[in-house]
Amino acid sequence: MGKKFVAKTGNETMAEAMRQINPDVVAAYPITPATEIVQIFAQFVADGVVNTEFVATESEHSAMSACIGAAAAGARVMTSTSSQGLALMWEMLYIAAGLRLPIVMPEVNRTLSSPINIHCDHSDTMGARDVGWIQIFSENVQEAYDNLIQAVVIAEEAKLPIMVTTDGFIISHGMESMEMIPDKEVTDFIGEYKPAYSVLDVDNPFTVGAIDFTDYYFEHKRAQIEAMSEAKKIIPQVQQRFGERFGRKYAAIEEYRLSDAEVAILVLGSTAGTAKVVIDELREKGHPVGMLKLRVFRPFPFEEIVRALSSVKVLAVLDRSDGVAGIGGPVFSEVRSAMYELDIRPRIVNYVYGLGGRNIDLALIQSVFTDLEKIAKTGKAEKMVSYLGVRE
Amino acid sequence: MENLTEIRWHGRGGQGAKTAALLLADAAMGEGKFVQAFPEYGPERMGAPVQSFNRLSEKPISLHCSVTSPSVVVVLDPSLINTVDVTKGLPEDGALLFNTPLSPEEMREKIGLSGKRIFTVDASSIALKTIGRDIPNTPMLGALAKATGLLDFDRMIHDTRAKLSKKFASRPEVIEGNVKAIETAYDEVKGEE
Amino acid sequence: MKIKHEAIWRELPIAGLIPEGGTAQEYKTGDWRSRRPIWDKEKCKSCLFCWVYCPDSSVLIQDKKMIGIDYDHCKGCGICSQICPPKIGAISMVDEG
Repeated sequence: MGKKFVAKTGNETMAEAMRQINPDVVAAYPITPATEIVQIFAQFVADGVVNTEFVATESEHSAMSACIGAAAAGARVMTSTSSQGLALMWEMLYIAAGLRLPIVMPEVNRTLSSPINIHCDHSDTMGARDVGWIQIFSENVQEAYDNLIQAVVIAEEAKLPIMVTTDGFIISHGMESMEMIPDKEVTDFIGEYKPAYSVLDVDNPFTVGAIDFTDYYFEHKRAQIEAMSEAKKIIPQVQQRFGERFGRKYAAIEEYRLSDAEVAILVLGSTAGTAKVVIDELREKGHPVGMLKLRVFRPFPFEEIVRALSSVKVLAVLDRSDGVAGIGGPVFSEVRSAMYELDIRPRIVNYVYGLGGRNIDLALIQSVFTDLEKIAKTGKAEKMVSYLGVRE
Repeated sequence: MENLTEIRWHGRGGQGAKTAALLLADAAMGEGKFVQAFPEYGPERMGAPVQSFNRLSEKPISLHCSVTSPSVVVVLDPSLINTVDVTKGLPEDGALLFNTPLSPEEMREKIGLSGKRIFTVDASSIALKTIGRDIPNTPMLGALAKATGLLDFDRMIHDTRAKLSKKFASRPEVIEGNVKAIETAYDEVKGEE
Repeated sequence: MKIKHEAIWRELPIAGLIPEGGTAQEYKTGDWRSRRPIWDKEKCKSCLFCWVYCPDSSVLIQDKKMIGIDYDHCKGCGICSQICPPKIGAISMVDEG
């Protein structure tokens, strides 16, 4: 094979990446299916293989609060969570972003109660889509590892917090072949952290988290929005540097057999891997099908999406969560809105799938392509939003 | 997908079905294969029927859906056949490997199966004799190597020894016990004539 | 760094920071006052109870002696006149305006 592959689960991989990153502070609270990440990392702390100050907190709200405090003190900070844990961090997520603290968080996608369920969908992450964090989705274990190492640099250059997500159980607990980067090279790639500010700088006292009324809040928010817009430029730069150094190329979006595709799907996360197999099979039979995998969801790469999909006739956006009260899932809403830029645009439909960990198999994905080809032929879509794989 | 082998493991919670899949993945990777190993998570408790899965391929594997039609099924606990359909999704030329003292013919009659290929090995007895505990998953790997040809026997023995020698440096009997378990199961696994 | 009044968003420090200490001094709270403390220098023994109790650090002292009241920041709460020992009565409150 030439390359040195190891077999690791997503969670083991994230913990190993954290060991290599060797953050100053990790504050966390366990939750399925992310528990192992910090559990394994805590062992690294106990064994003295990292220099991290580990803070075991009493809740995720406290974990994120401790992360914010440590990051404001100028530390390189990480944590990890999932589902209800991310939900409990809610108000602190906004504060981490507003204070421009580059906290890095492996987040394992799991659905939200009720009904209680520990399995994968994107409800947790999508619910946090507007909190001001960069969000990167991972298709497989390798990508999760690579994304997390890039995330440190992206966050610190953009001065924004970042979550790198893996699909619960499918990736977090699935063992796959992957290639690790030697420790020293990770250290070199992420470099030394130079915080934008540190409250421990006693020679230059300042106030962080001051109140902001009607006179300044809007200006400060506008600056934060600009930072996210700047992150759009920083992300591809970091991805390119990573690719040049380690040979694995990444971008905000991944186009799979898309350039001449007439019908296409847009997917995030682990399902993209399954979809590639379906696309290969259909292509072999002469069907002009393709896929756009969205790796970076925040900041939303709408220019890239519009460019990549401009010549597609029919597009299905696959959402692993539902807006419940909107039009289909959140990815659908945003992609459809982005595509409105074009005078001649694809017909776009939505499939909500895989809620609560419902299996998304080859046949289901193939059925989407069958639908899309029918729409392409007839020019008519029976439904704008469909639920894929639900008993009805 | 060509070159792709999918395997399903049946066991009971606590019996090591997940570990078996991880061990197999590790062993197959040692031979340069691309691997996946993942358990089916649910309300698992000690004794409850559980499943785990492997995918092995010469090429990178991008599939992330459940394994629904494996070509090999391994049953760690023969009592499961009363509650679980272990043949579900198994194609006509698929292989079933049971941990049981029964012969393949006796097993076939017991489950009333026609078609497919059946292999049996008394992995629990082998584990008790060689390792000293009823942990059938190590000998099952040896039996699986013989029955399916998926793994190279010599390589597996070498890797097992290398891996365990780090963890059990002070207890060489554990290493030799595990190696012996694989060797014995490899020799003793029975197929149909 | 001084943040200019009505600064546009690009001119503001990152994350809403106030990048120096003691900026509260520039926030003149004296115009919140409806009653004004009047200090009688002759009666005052400089026990400095008022200095201890003043919530706005508006009692001015020099060489451990009271020298006056900072009307730029005094909000007129009257605590100083309340805490001044009755036998001394060096601070009285009068209406503003």
